[in-house]
Amino acid sequence: MSFTEDQITRYSRHILLPEVGGKGQKKLSQAKVFVVGAGGLGCPVAYYLGAAGIGTIGLIDSDVVDLSNLQRQVLHHTPDVGRSKTQSAKEKIQALNPDVQVNTYEERLTAQNAREIIRQYDVVIDGVDNFPAKFLINDACYLENTPLVHGGILRFEGRVMTIVPNESACYRCIFKNPPPTGVVPTCQEAGIIGVVAGIIGTIQATEAIKLILKIGQPLTNRLLDFDARTTTFREIRVKRNPSCALCGPNASLTELIDYDEPEACAI
Amino acid sequence: MQLTINGKVENLDVSTVLDVLKAKDIDPQLVAVEVNTQMIDQENLGTTSLKEHDKLEFLFFMGGGA
Ligand SMILES: [Zn+2]
Repeated sequence: MSFTEDQITRYSRHILLPEVGGKGQKKLSQAKVFVVGAGGLGCPVAYYLGAAGIGTIGLIDSDVVDLSNLQRQVLHHTPDVGRSKTQSAKEKIQALNPDVQVNTYEERLTAQNAREIIRQYDVVIDGVDNFPAKFLINDACYLENTPLVHGGILRFEGRVMTIVPNESACYRCIFKNPPPTGVVPTCQEAGIIGVVAGIIGTIQATEAIKLILKIGQPLTNRLLDFDARTTTFREIRVKRNPSCALCGPNASLTELIDYDEPEACAI
Repeated sequence: MQLTINGKVENLDVSTVLDVLKAKDIDPQLVAVEVNTQMIDQENLGTTSLKEHDKLEFLFFMGGGA
């Protein structure tokens, strides 16, 4: 495919970059990114990926927009309250950039559907709010050999890590299993300063673009923690854990697990 | 002994990783511990001895996203 004159203008600031160029922009337009959750993280991720001209964005979320979401979930606007999050997000992305195909999945990601959906994409973004889903995404991406950009936010803090299966530490290399239900607070219980979702989400989108363009150094084997109160980033070096049940040499996990879903954080 | 915990230098009267968690009142279930970039398995927290100037990272669960 070749670009139209409008597309060349639209993406000119990308194309100007030697690391991107017309070739890189073409890669972006052929890339498929799957964003799990159309909430605090999923909104900025999908918004920027759409603007960047990612060819296909998959969005999965079973929720409807709530008024309490609008403080941070920037793809959803006041008239969208009560509407499906995936539909609301799709409309905004396509209004911004009609080049983007948006596939919507109005359901939850489960052990039954995860691998089949993830298989159709090049990169996966974790924008979910609960641990069972974070472990499910990590495991499914490893089993499908698909790079994952993990993200988490709470109160004034956020965290990002990129996982390239078989090359870098996975989520289970650090955290073996989900914490007992109810002991770690959710955004709904503990609050979240809205802007942190934007900061972490745009870092996740940056990682996805780098993975697609194969430029720079991915955030692999590094856990990046951000604290908005002090505006500090801390990078923690991690490495693959030989005792990891998913990606270690004596791995025992070969199938996805549906953990009990806790009450979802008011997305 | 002098330890660096999440980037901060601290003096603690401890001998194992579990002692540090106890001293700081941290539930071992809620944290992943790295000593000098090596992840320590939960069951080994009590048997992992520390030495002067070890670097510890306590990684807490951060679950939100929505
Ligand atoms: Zn692993």
